[in-house]
Amino acid sequence: MADLTTDFLGIKSPNPFWLASAPPTDKEYNVRRAFEAGWGGVVWKTLGSEGPPVVNVNGPRYGVIYGKDRTVLGINNIELITDRDLYTNLEEIKRVKADYPDRAMIVSIMVPCEEQAWKDILPLVEDTGADGIELNFGCPHGMSERGMGAAVGQVPEYIEMVTRWCKQYYSKPVIVKLTPNITDIRKPAAAAKRGGADAVSLINTINSITSVNLDTMSPEPSIDGKGTHGGYCGPAVKPIAMSMVSEIARDPETAGLPISGIGGVTTWRDAAEFITLGCGNVQVCTAAMTYGFKIVQEMISGLSQWMDEKGHTSIADFCGAAVPNTTDWQYLNLNYIAKAKIDQDACISCGRCYAACEDTSHQAISMSADRVFEVIDAECVACNLCVDVCPVENCISMVAMEPGSVDPRTGKTVEKDYANWTTHPNNPAATAAE
Amino acid sequence: MNSPYTPGIAAARLDAEALAENFTDLHAPLDGHEAAVAADRCYFCHDAPCITACPTDIDIPLFIRQIATGTPEAAAKTIFDQNILGGMCARVCPTEDLCEQACVRELAEGKPVEIGRLQRYATDTVMAAGVMPFERAAPTGKKVAVIGAGPAGLSCAHRLAMLGHDVTVYDAMPKPGGLNEYGIAAYKSTDDFAAREVEWLCSIGGIEIKTGMALGEALKLDDVVGCFAATFLAVGLGGVNALSVDGADKDGVEDAVSFIETLRQTDDLSSLPVGRNVVVIGGGMTAVDAAVQSKLLGADNVTIAYRRGRDAMGASRYEQDLAASHGVKLMFNAQPKAIHGNGSAAEIELELTETVDGTLRGTGETVRLPADQIFRAIGQTLTSDGGLELDGRKIAVTGAGRTSRAGVWAGGDCAAGGDDLTVTAVAEGRDAAMDIHATLMGGS
Repeated sequence: MADLTTDFLGIKSPNPFWLASAPPTDKEYNVRRAFEAGWGGVVWKTLGSEGPPVVNVNGPRYGVIYGKDRTVLGINNIELITDRDLYTNLEEIKRVKADYPDRAMIVSIMVPCEEQAWKDILPLVEDTGADGIELNFGCPHGMSERGMGAAVGQVPEYIEMVTRWCKQYYSKPVIVKLTPNITDIRKPAAAAKRGGADAVSLINTINSITSVNLDTMSPEPSIDGKGTHGGYCGPAVKPIAMSMVSEIARDPETAGLPISGIGGVTTWRDAAEFITLGCGNVQVCTAAMTYGFKIVQEMISGLSQWMDEKGHTSIADFCGAAVPNTTDWQYLNLNYIAKAKIDQDACISCGRCYAACEDTSHQAISMSADRVFEVIDAECVACNLCVDVCPVENCISMVAMEPGSVDPRTGKTVEKDYANWTTHPNNPAATAAE
Repeated sequence: MNSPYTPGIAAARLDAEALAENFTDLHAPLDGHEAAVAADRCYFCHDAPCITACPTDIDIPLFIRQIATGTPEAAAKTIFDQNILGGMCARVCPTEDLCEQACVRELAEGKPVEIGRLQRYATDTVMAAGVMPFERAAPTGKKVAVIGAGPAGLSCAHRLAMLGHDVTVYDAMPKPGGLNEYGIAAYKSTDDFAAREVEWLCSIGGIEIKTGMALGEALKLDDVVGCFAATFLAVGLGGVNALSVDGADKDGVEDAVSFIETLRQTDDLSSLPVGRNVVVIGGGMTAVDAAVQSKLLGADNVTIAYRRGRDAMGASRYEQDLAASHGVKLMFNAQPKAIHGNGSAAEIELELTETVDGTLRGTGETVRLPADQIFRAIGQTLTSDGGLELDGRKIAVTGAGRTSRAGVWAGGDCAAGGDDLTVTAVAEGRDAAMDIHATLMGGS
């Protein structure tokens, strides 16, 4: 079994699976059970300033998007930061960390954008013995209206400033959690780096309305007939999260900045993908909220098995391995030509590839009277839609054409050399790219 | 109180509670959650094979998607558009040979989408609400006769009424419904479903049903044709083929059809006599229905003896397995040779068979089984052809059920062509109605 031990910013954990700052990490009871279940670390539910805690809504906090058979694809929430007393949380953190010294314990913090507020809370957190802090600059609802959370995360100057305070008044690693509710994720990441952040974590949740109740005309979750946007998370947000992670990993200004990946990690495979895009570890919430803490066992066994199969001996072995292959559209090889190929033995004749191609793509699949579906190479642009809608895994595949062969669609010989958009002879505007 | 081991033919072999339990729904209806889960499995295939496999061409992927999106009422409308007896068909169709056999998930996983049960979920929703989702068109002033109130006749009558014609339906039996009412195993049509379906179907208006009017007896085709603009014959197959072996006249030798009919009409299952040792001769659905229900009434030993091999059996493999799971013994390649007994049947002598050069013949080897009650389920025949041309032993038809006589259409089991299935009868009735309509309104 591969060694899953992770060293993130010098913080050791037995595996790269941390629970994100969220309801599952709200209190000692949960966190102890999470550690017993095998989680490598937790980011404790966000602490606020000393004084009366925030008050949550007393109606539904979550909305949901379902897939087939009510599979949870995405959840949004309108919950705030911890609504428990600061000192109660601090005492619990200290106790749990003392009992689980081998697990990562990160404390999420959100206090007003004033130096004194940070100066006040950081020594208290330091005293718990936790391994680091995560600055919640992402929460998109409730707290942002009070000038915190996403209200800070959307202003790079504030991020830089607060990060600087934290590095000044706290001795251990500082992770800045980024909001995706912004146009260019590289800007806040760069600001965090300038402020001295040891790492960024992303994504926080996405502004969202999951559904509208068509009887009451209220968005869900509905509180006494009114709804508000909440923070969206779960499998549905993974593609957005991975794109943002990759941008930070690739940008020269932020490349090399450690990243803790968050956003829809549900299986070992999701985690592996985030890690290949440059994440040193991952944080999980929705999967645990959907299936319970036990789900980490599959993540551990799956990642370990895959690493063994690939010969990876550590997480660091493949961390960032997909970053060099993540590029801009303009650098994609236009001389690479593929055609869809249908495995007739695997085909169950549902015809979804045909409907998709015929109605919405390139009319490149033929259908015979006895329901045999075949690709018409002369029409196929290899768009992959047929693969995407086929219910049978590996029934349709994209097969690259050999250099030297002739693409029946264009009548041109497939070149073996690389040619991207900026160099392709077919592109009269090539120079405009420069 | 008798028991399964009481000798001879006896009633009340099981107590009332056991009988009631035995004759409840063969398949419990899906509840809302089960239907949602089942509907989610549909792939919404292009030009779906299940539609092609359905004799009534129901748009199955569409109705399943309508269930999945929380609109079973719309799903029912999709079904009824093609098959107004979609409720009964959901219960009695051999889906394992039709839509569900064609389902791509049968090919993919050996587990088709449960189309039949989903159809029942949708149709039950609308019928339970007492909603007739169709309205009649403006009256045409045309009167059409339908002879036979079974699936073909009812389907035809409903479509004609919908199109604005006034329909009079005649039936030989005291109640309408045909085989739905009299000929289907009780556990497939519980809670008087067949009668409720007829009542619901007729709620569209414009349909008058006259029972106790048999063609060739109280009803003459010439008289009917003279009174109506068009006539649709759907009289089914009222006769039962005779068993021509020694001893076939002994007490205890009965028609399976009559047995099923009596069972369907009884108010008291414990009053129905059944043999301790029952042998059913035949290989179709009627044989299975009679055999399984004998077992459910408390018969100790029930055997279906079929003269050909398993593959040739009219009843589907699913029906065969259903019989076997109820403890019915299936005997293949065994044909009746003689029935023995002193006045009443006591034993049946079966000769084993083989097929040589495509011809079935006895091998000479015989076996004897104890048999107090023997059911003939060896096919049914047309009792009155109304003087129309025949194709084989059924009424000859061309196109959408046109007979040799102008103004007379025929469909269902009495007409040549098509399988003798409820769903096929419904399709034929519907299509004949459309042709009658086109003809009456000035078409060809």
